[in-house]
Amino acid sequence: MALQDKYKGLTDAAIAAGITNLAVREQDGILYIDGTANDGATKDHLWEVYNQTDPNFVSGDLVLNVNVSINAAVTKAKVITQSSNLNIRKGPGTDQPIVGKAAHGEIITLVNRSTDLWWLVRTNDGEEGYCYAQYLAPQA
Amino acid sequence: MPLVIAGTLFLASCKPKDAAIQAAIQAKEPAGIVVSVEKGQVTLTGHVLDETAKANAEKIATAEKGVKSVLNQLTVVTVEKPIVIAADTTLIKNVADAVKDFPSVKADVKDGVVTLTGTVEKTTLIKLMQLLSTLNPKKIENKLTVK
Repeated sequence: MALQDKYKGLTDAAIAAGITNLAVREQDGILYIDGTANDGATKDHLWEVYNQTDPNFVSGDLVLNVNVSINAAVTKAKVITQSSNLNIRKGPGTDQPIVGKAAHGEIITLVNRSTDLWWLVRTNDGEEGYCYAQYLAPQA
Repeated sequence: MPLVIAGTLFLASCKPKDAAIQAAIQAKEPAGIVVSVEKGQVTLTGHVLDETAKANAEKIATAEKGVKSVLNQLTVVTVEKPIVIAADTTLIKNVADAVKDFPSVKADVKDGVVTLTGTVEKTTLIKLMQLLSTLNPKKIENKLTVK
């Protein structure tokens, strides 16, 4: 219960932000908060609140697993690496061979998003393979 | 006859309209609760922290003038939804993928606990923590030196 009190501000913020499938529970001294945000800004806001409660996340007493819902109709994504090209790999994993590259800022086609972490994509040159989803921003 | 009409008008004007009831209740409920009203029947939807908050929300709605009934469909978030913790084999692979682009960060995985050592910039720390938190770890032990 103490952990729920410590992170009450965060839970309240999640409720107020309209996070769906929200679940808050404690096990073995760690609080687990799961849910789905409507957009990236909402997710980032919750992380700011978390960072205020536990500066630099040093306590190790919370796992904040909030993902962002994606409209299934979206078929294009922009490459949002810091500046470099994004590797396209044969399979979902950094241990997989690189089969192509997508340029920073390029808009590519989403073929399949069946896994959260790696998305199957196709470039405008027709190269197909898996990219790390973190570096792709779905285009509405 | 004029008396009857006057009486009806009086009654009708006494009964606040659904929209007014909705606005009045909504203003009193905490953020995150969605209030809808149809013919004096109130429906509450959204999330609340616990059973107390759920009961309080219903009390607020019931107390409002003109409310006939309250349908409380609020979801309590502190439920017994199972906590998913990834197996080490899966976690090790996913953590390796996640920290690949953070060359100054070393991540070890054991029994679901991700231990981070090395250095990180304050601005990229959030990014890294966001990434790792979606991989269903048991715990993230952050021993990084923040620059």
